[in-house]
Amino acid sequence: MKKVQRPEVSEKDASHLVDIDEELGMFDHPRNVKRVLYGFYTCVVLLLAVDLVYHRHAIFAWESYFGFYAVFGFVACVVLVLVAKYVLRPLVMRKEDYYD
Amino acid sequence: MINALPPAVILIAGALAVPLLKGRIRAAWMLLLPVLSFVNLLAIPVGTHFAVDFMGYRVVFGAVDRLSLIFGYIFHLIAFISNLYALHVEDRGQNVSGLIYAGAALGVTFAGDLFSLFAFWEMLTITATFLILARRTPEALGAGFRYFLVHVAGGLCLLAGIILHVQQVGSAAFGYIGLDGGLASLLIFIGFGVNCAWPLLHPWLTDSYPEATITGTIFLSAFTTKTAIYALARAYPGTEALIWLGTAMAAFPIFYAVIENDLRRVLSYSLINQVGFMVVGIGIGTALAVNGAVAHAFNDILFKGLLFMTMGAVLYRTGKIKATDLGGLYKSMPWTCTFCIVGAASISAFPLFSGFVSKSMVMEAAAHGNMRFVWFVLLFASAGVFHHAGIKIPFFAFFSHDSGLRPKEAPRHMLLAMGITAALCIFIGSFPRFLYALLPYATDYQPYTASHVISQTQLLFFSALAFTLLLLSGIYPAEIRSINLDADWLYRKGGRLAYALSDKVFNGLNAWGDRIFVRRIPGLLARFFAEPGGNLQKHGMRLLAEATGEEADLAEREVRVDRRSRLATYPVGGGVLLAVLFLAVMSCLFFL
Repeated sequence: MKKVQRPEVSEKDASHLVDIDEELGMFDHPRNVKRVLYGFYTCVVLLLAVDLVYHRHAIFAWESYFGFYAVFGFVACVVLVLVAKYVLRPLVMRKEDYYD
Repeated sequence: MINALPPAVILIAGALAVPLLKGRIRAAWMLLLPVLSFVNLLAIPVGTHFAVDFMGYRVVFGAVDRLSLIFGYIFHLIAFISNLYALHVEDRGQNVSGLIYAGAALGVTFAGDLFSLFAFWEMLTITATFLILARRTPEALGAGFRYFLVHVAGGLCLLAGIILHVQQVGSAAFGYIGLDGGLASLLIFIGFGVNCAWPLLHPWLTDSYPEATITGTIFLSAFTTKTAIYALARAYPGTEALIWLGTAMAAFPIFYAVIENDLRRVLSYSLINQVGFMVVGIGIGTALAVNGAVAHAFNDILFKGLLFMTMGAVLYRTGKIKATDLGGLYKSMPWTCTFCIVGAASISAFPLFSGFVSKSMVMEAAAHGNMRFVWFVLLFASAGVFHHAGIKIPFFAFFSHDSGLRPKEAPRHMLLAMGITAALCIFIGSFPRFLYALLPYATDYQPYTASHVISQTQLLFFSALAFTLLLLSGIYPAEIRSINLDADWLYRKGGRLAYALSDKVFNGLNAWGDRIFVRRIPGLLARFFAEPGGNLQKHGMRLLAEATGEEADLAEREVRVDRRSRLATYPVGGGVLLAVLFLAVMSCLFFL
């Protein structure tokens, strides 16, 4: 059996060290993570499919276009992350002791 | 006459008894006070009560209407929950400041005049500062002092505005002010804006809330910004500038939140983002928009408090709050994890959670006003808030990589406080009519239409899809131990620059003065007055010699004068004459 490395826990507040024989958590099994992900992808596809059959009522015209909210949500988050990572971070990130 | 006390009195006076109590009695007393105060509030009918004449002005401690009542209710609720969460804290300073802080917020809410409003406003600043300082770390000390200075500056701005306003209007009554009153109304506007964390005035919030005590942050997140929202809703509804300020507030913090490592600081940025929605609502100023702003303030106090409580529990049990140090806590803190997910779902406005029933009111009001740009930014902010507060917080704290930490579950009273708040978030989200019944304007708003539910769910799931794909592909920015510069750089570095500059200028001036006036001139005078007569004669001879050109035996004559002077054979009269002249000049200087 492969030797399991005991993770280092130095905090006084942590009540007990990690037990190497402890039961594995739900997400320690890659199989479970995969299941969650596939379930999630299915939801996403189904939600987009709703737009094919249901015509949403809206105030602005573009709100009722097919997949408007889905595309907006996706693009907005990608843009958010890319701007934060490649524009904002180089501008403002400093070492933790910058003000000391 | 009614048989009740002014709304703020019970919490503030009750807080003064806390230092005398200990253990369970103190705990019971601290839980009882908000309940007593709430019952007292219920006994006060709508109207203007507790008016006192003060220096010719009417000071009102109980202006009760629908707008102030709903803030009064939620402030009592969160005061009770925060006290429950902080039940283990045996620190007199924190216990007392927390209660007075909540009482001061009630004081502002029910103030019918600008003077009592200002007094309670300053009380908020002082007690909040103690909640930050009570952490007793060097970072908290710095952040606490900066918090204090910024809010004192804001308070002075408010005071100047109030004085000008009272001069102009002739009355101190607190009601609609609007931006048409010139400088006075602008100063009051900015004074409120500092507490509201407007862009560029905001860094006190993200600087100090993550440094405050675990329990203090719960109080802080509820009161300061929301009293400012109340004050703006009362005095500046329909002010167009607020729409743009709020739009900026909703948008810029989400970028910071994505790259921030300290999870309580992530929540602080998302606090500004949520307050942005409220500010936009007040700026639009229609009944639907103001209702939306107030309802969102009500919900935000609960779900933001819940999120801060879960992160506080994590910090309490592990001593860590940086995303880089945490992960995998769902195994040993399952309840805290569940409550965190409820808070995250509420702030992201998932259907059946509280954010869903209030955020959309502001969005819809913007759409009815045909404000396309504002609407798009708010939609962007809605997707973004899910991204950083809805996913990032629970994911990096409780899932992500296993940090190896196996802390105990949060203490029972913390779990209870979080449980109550989580239940309220779901209850309000599922049965919004109870919240709508409390709003300042009557409303028949329907959040649960098929279109709204589908649109919002699509928006959120596809935001989550973006997060998942970015994370799996490795593009998502890794958490890095770092800090991010914000507008507080101006006064944190600027303060040092000002310090260095004034050091150079004033200490330079001081050193120069020391050299000239303390060392050189007295030295010269001392040498001159050692032999006043001789020196005078020598200088006279030199002048004469230069004028006539007879410089042949000048050196010889000077030696003779010197000798005479040293041997004290020189007439004393010259020195005496000089002394008398000196005294005469001094008398003229001092007595004329």
